[in-house]
Amino acid sequence: MMVIGIGNDLRGDDAAGLLVARRLLEQQPELKVLESSADPITLMESWEGEAHVILVDAVESGGTPGELYRYEAHEQPLPAEFFHCSTHSIGMAEAVEFARNLQRLPEQVTVFGIEGGNFQAETEVNASVLEAIEKLAQQILEENT
Amino acid sequence: MTDEAQPRKTKNIKVDYLARVEGEGAMYIRIKDGQVEDVKLKIFEPPRFFEAFLQGRRSGEAPDITARICGICPVAYQMSACHAVEQAAGVTVGGQLRALRRLLYCGEWIGSHGLHVFMLHAPDFLGYESAVHMSKDHPDVVNMGLQLKKVGNDIGNVLGGREIHPINVKVGGFYRVPSKTEFKPLAESLKRAADQAVATIKWVSELPFPDFEQDYEFVSLRHPDEYPMNEGRLVSSAGMDIAIDGYEDTFNEEHVPHTNALHSVIKERGAYFVGPQARYSLNFNLLTPQCQELAKAAGLGKTCVNPFKSIIVRSVEILYACEEALRIIDEYEPPDEPCVPVEPVSSRGCGCTEAPRGILYHRYDVDEKGDITQAKIVPPTSQNQKTIENDLWNFVPQHMHLSDDQLQWHCEQAIRNYDPCISCATHFLKLKRENV
Repeated sequence: MMVIGIGNDLRGDDAAGLLVARRLLEQQPELKVLESSADPITLMESWEGEAHVILVDAVESGGTPGELYRYEAHEQPLPAEFFHCSTHSIGMAEAVEFARNLQRLPEQVTVFGIEGGNFQAETEVNASVLEAIEKLAQQILEENT
Repeated sequence: MTDEAQPRKTKNIKVDYLARVEGEGAMYIRIKDGQVEDVKLKIFEPPRFFEAFLQGRRSGEAPDITARICGICPVAYQMSACHAVEQAAGVTVGGQLRALRRLLYCGEWIGSHGLHVFMLHAPDFLGYESAVHMSKDHPDVVNMGLQLKKVGNDIGNVLGGREIHPINVKVGGFYRVPSKTEFKPLAESLKRAADQAVATIKWVSELPFPDFEQDYEFVSLRHPDEYPMNEGRLVSSAGMDIAIDGYEDTFNEEHVPHTNALHSVIKERGAYFVGPQARYSLNFNLLTPQCQELAKAAGLGKTCVNPFKSIIVRSVEILYACEEALRIIDEYEPPDEPCVPVEPVSSRGCGCTEAPRGILYHRYDVDEKGDITQAKIVPPTSQNQKTIENDLWNFVPQHMHLSDDQLQWHCEQAIRNYDPCISCATHFLKLKRENV
């Protein structure tokens, strides 16, 4: 099992995925955890050979900041709100669909989204998002260790 | 349809902006009564900031600072910077160190061209919004592109220390040179990549190309013995043949009201065209026999004046870079030292190398302490701006019969022919039609 936190440290709540990855490593240094952009080539190379991958990224779908979403991406395409939420022009959802088309998706892909409220450059992460980061890190640890 | 039957109308094809690490771009075309009235390509590239950042920095820092201008062609910035600083110091890097630089450049060409051919340009020809959409119907082709790109990145990893913004390049050579053993797996990957490049040339040659040939002035480096990358004289299809030192006497950067990026022109003649098509058309005889043969089989002549066919030229250059990289690895003997010493001299130095998108010029004024007092950087995309606009001026009137959507599609494709940095995203044009 591998966890990949996706995001951008310089854009407020977009750091959520990265912060989850860091929190997991603090608590379980032996876990396979990566930080990444949503670049599909990098993602596909990172998870090559992994049976189960957990992706964590910030989402901008108009929900309440800190709200958590979960999808099993190997079962069906990700819903629309996961698209175009990245500060990269290709987001995590496009990367997952890209990999699916190329038959390079791991057997099990669990996607966690954290609703963000602020993606402005050089801003702090919202308190509600920080709470969600902590909650999600604990949930991932409980389910997978 | 007669003119009388046509309502008088104005149509604007307007691209608002594209935000990517390589820069921001916008495009505007105004058509009135079937005539193109205005074309504006606006690119907001960051080099001006970098030129200022460089003032007061050690000249040895120039390769690493300027590499940050682009995430796709950092090697080009490192190479032009190294050559400029070395020229100022009166140092020439030769032998295996020179060959290793060329090898690193091969990696960048393979990676950058692989990205453009398969991910950015091919979807335009096949009618897909993006490579993600294209991958559903053409997974094998897209996987081949990804594998090619990876081989380019692998060269960066082994020789450059990491695939993006290499950390192993320095003025005078490298911090560390790899052993012969380290190159062995790379040679195997490159052999497979060369086979894939052959397949790529054939595949792209069968794409549908608009009939659009233009009279360009191509500009590239030319070296007597090798297809140009790091060294050579600046030559053009209109007879220019100058040393790199003469760049600023021959070319001029002009402020244009509609763009923050300077337009480059040849002082006496205006627009010119840099990049793979220019290199190919001015250096065909220096390609390997296999590249020449496959280019001909793909329908190219010794020159190529249809910018839509740049995708074939890039594919030929991918093959060339694979073959050249294999040659360099095959002949490689680790040098005794990873670099030659470069002592600062109060002087001016310039460097011009062939980035994937065309010539990249750097000039540094260095003081006696080795600090940069003035820097000038002219990236390829800014040099092609005027030619891109000219293509749109000429392309649109020939294609007025197309629907708005189709016209927009082809304009986007016409811009991507040049692989401008702004093309890194796949959907960036918005068509806004105004009928008045």
